[in-house]
Amino acid sequence: MDRSWRDNRAVAAASVAAISFTLAAPASAQEIFKLGVVTFLSGPAADSFGVPARNGAQFVIDQLNKGAAPSPYEKVGFGGMKVEPVIIDENGGATKQVQELRNLYQRDNVDVVLGYIGSGDCLAVAPIAEELKKMLVLMDCGTPRIFEESKYNYVFRTAAHATMDNVGLIRYMKAKNIKMESLSAINQDYAWGQDSRADFVAAAQQLYPNVKVQTDLLPKFGAGQYGTEISALVGAGSDVVYSSLWGGDLQAFILQSAPRGLPKRSQLVFSAADHVLPPLGDKMPDGTIIGARGSYGLMSQKSPLNDWLFKGYEAANGVYPVQAAYRMTQAILGLKAAVEKAMSKNGGKKPSTDELVAAMTGLEWPSPGGLIQMKLADGHQAIQPIAISRTKYNPDLKRVDLVDIQYFAAECVNPPPGVKSLDWIKGGMQGAKCN
Amino acid sequence: MNFFLTIVLDGLIQASWLFIVALGLTLVFGVLKILNIAHGSFYALGAYIAASAVTMVAARGLPPGVGFVAMLVSVALIASAVGLLLERGLLKMFYGRDEVVLLLVTYAVFLIFEDVTKLIWGVNPIYATQPYELFGNLEFAGLYYVGYDLVLIPISALIGFAIWFGLNRTVVGKIVLAVIHNEEMSVSMGVRVNRVYAIAFAFGVLLAALAGALTAPKISMQPGLSSDVIILSFAIVVIGGLGSVEGAAVGAILVGLARAASVHLMPQAELFVIYLIMAAVLMFRPEGLFKRETARRI
Repeated sequence: MDRSWRDNRAVAAASVAAISFTLAAPASAQEIFKLGVVTFLSGPAADSFGVPARNGAQFVIDQLNKGAAPSPYEKVGFGGMKVEPVIIDENGGATKQVQELRNLYQRDNVDVVLGYIGSGDCLAVAPIAEELKKMLVLMDCGTPRIFEESKYNYVFRTAAHATMDNVGLIRYMKAKNIKMESLSAINQDYAWGQDSRADFVAAAQQLYPNVKVQTDLLPKFGAGQYGTEISALVGAGSDVVYSSLWGGDLQAFILQSAPRGLPKRSQLVFSAADHVLPPLGDKMPDGTIIGARGSYGLMSQKSPLNDWLFKGYEAANGVYPVQAAYRMTQAILGLKAAVEKAMSKNGGKKPSTDELVAAMTGLEWPSPGGLIQMKLADGHQAIQPIAISRTKYNPDLKRVDLVDIQYFAAECVNPPPGVKSLDWIKGGMQGAKCN
Repeated sequence: MNFFLTIVLDGLIQASWLFIVALGLTLVFGVLKILNIAHGSFYALGAYIAASAVTMVAARGLPPGVGFVAMLVSVALIASAVGLLLERGLLKMFYGRDEVVLLLVTYAVFLIFEDVTKLIWGVNPIYATQPYELFGNLEFAGLYYVGYDLVLIPISALIGFAIWFGLNRTVVGKIVLAVIHNEEMSVSMGVRVNRVYAIAFAFGVLLAALAGALTAPKISMQPGLSSDVIILSFAIVVIGGLGSVEGAAVGAILVGLARAASVHLMPQAELFVIYLIMAAVLMFRPEGLFKRETARRI
């Protein structure tokens, strides 16, 4: 997997570099690229995802505007145009986001809107961008339903959806011989939680055909207190307890479940827990299997691009980058690659929306978390590699280290083009390339 | 049998802190006839103050027991002061107006407090778990329970008894009851109703904040904390009867047990069962289970 991944990355890096060099003439130095950036600045998702994403955006845009990013992104801004971000708070619900998106396009006249973490927000704003014929880059949101239930021309998602996280977890568990005759789950009762649960259970039933699903809990988002749920999970005594909880909910669940012996009775498996490791420290149970929604943070692989982000972000913010910062970075770098590809074809002018859409469709580009390939949904949905690992508290460094890291190629954990995620999993994950 | 005991214990743990919040809400309504939308904000305020107190104590290397006492004392002092200031500085200006106006005023207070907590404590989750480890763990019905959760049950029972005793067995309590039952008659008997209003409101705020402080060590404090609590508290006081202490107790126990049973037996209906009980009570006894019938004045 490593070799083909490196080869792909090299090809993508070379093509992005070639595009940069073949630009006929830089866009006017006065010209700017106005970028709407939407992320949670307040509310429950701000600390875990929104603020790291905002910090990631600020770091990357600052570096790009200075021309300080490493190859193949060393060109200033987007094709010579300075990037001017307009940052908007994603908090407030889908209805508010629809209005904010219209404001960004029609009042602030941004060239592209990039961002969104909440699955519900992504599902709500995608049709609006399509209606307005404006380019929208979704940088996160886990639900696979965005492109599986609708077809969009102006909308892209530059990160893999939740299917990758859950198939990756199950493949990891199988590779590490984790016993799972019984399974319990606790997930939030909204798109992300329900879709994650469906993918994990379906994947489990493929690789662990005799697995029995016992307690299956769907508390509401932001429940905060899980005493009764923990009783039910401990009482069930399943081999594995799976959860896609995140942020404050995940922290509260871990804080409440550890003293009640849940981690001792069941193997805990969390699909997106890297972001709670710094705040939890020694409260995080050792041996927990976690994903980070990519090959990110402490699970990232060494490369000049990754060193640039990891060290630069850490120096700027005093904490290492986690998944949201990586996903924001790969979205901005992908957009930069698309802008410069479009400019290479139009003589170096600032590209129109349609030129940008054409350039972004099916694009591949290297990122700190690995090669990003827009392979699904007719070139509008990304796939990427993922890493899974186990937690181990390091008392000397006073931080949670990640051990037993295993990497999975994008084609091993993502469905092939033209197949719905759940159908692919239930069909035995045909065509997966895991070697 | 163990399964049944687990449901009962889980239900009582949840009922314990909900009861304290609902008690404050029902007391304020009983005396001032205000449906206090901001009540959840005082719960959140208590939780945040407690977290700050615990963090400060822990930073000085003092034991968790000191943190527990510090959080209760700081919450009691600050919440009482906030309650008195709000009642004297804001609410009293609207007495005599339509009940809807007062409801809107408390809604405005709720919105203001949402932003004030964000300004003071930020938007990031905060937790202060040291007191949660104070009472160790206990094995019961085949499961481990955190001692702190179990201690909340007698604490809330004690608070409930103290309120009931204070209202029914003391002179001050009888004056408050007189105001609850007939404000006009109380005034004519020389009761200083405004003072009763101020004390009752401050006490209601104190109870909400105390519930927040007691739950703070086991939760992650983050914006939005207040809205969830107020919805559940309203359900409890509607079930028990607005203004009734006994009703708040029974309502909290019913809600706690129903939710626990649902999570164990039918997780999909976890929220539905609470509102099913509320709807059933409203259908057959619209004034709630414990609200006394009042004679119509002519």
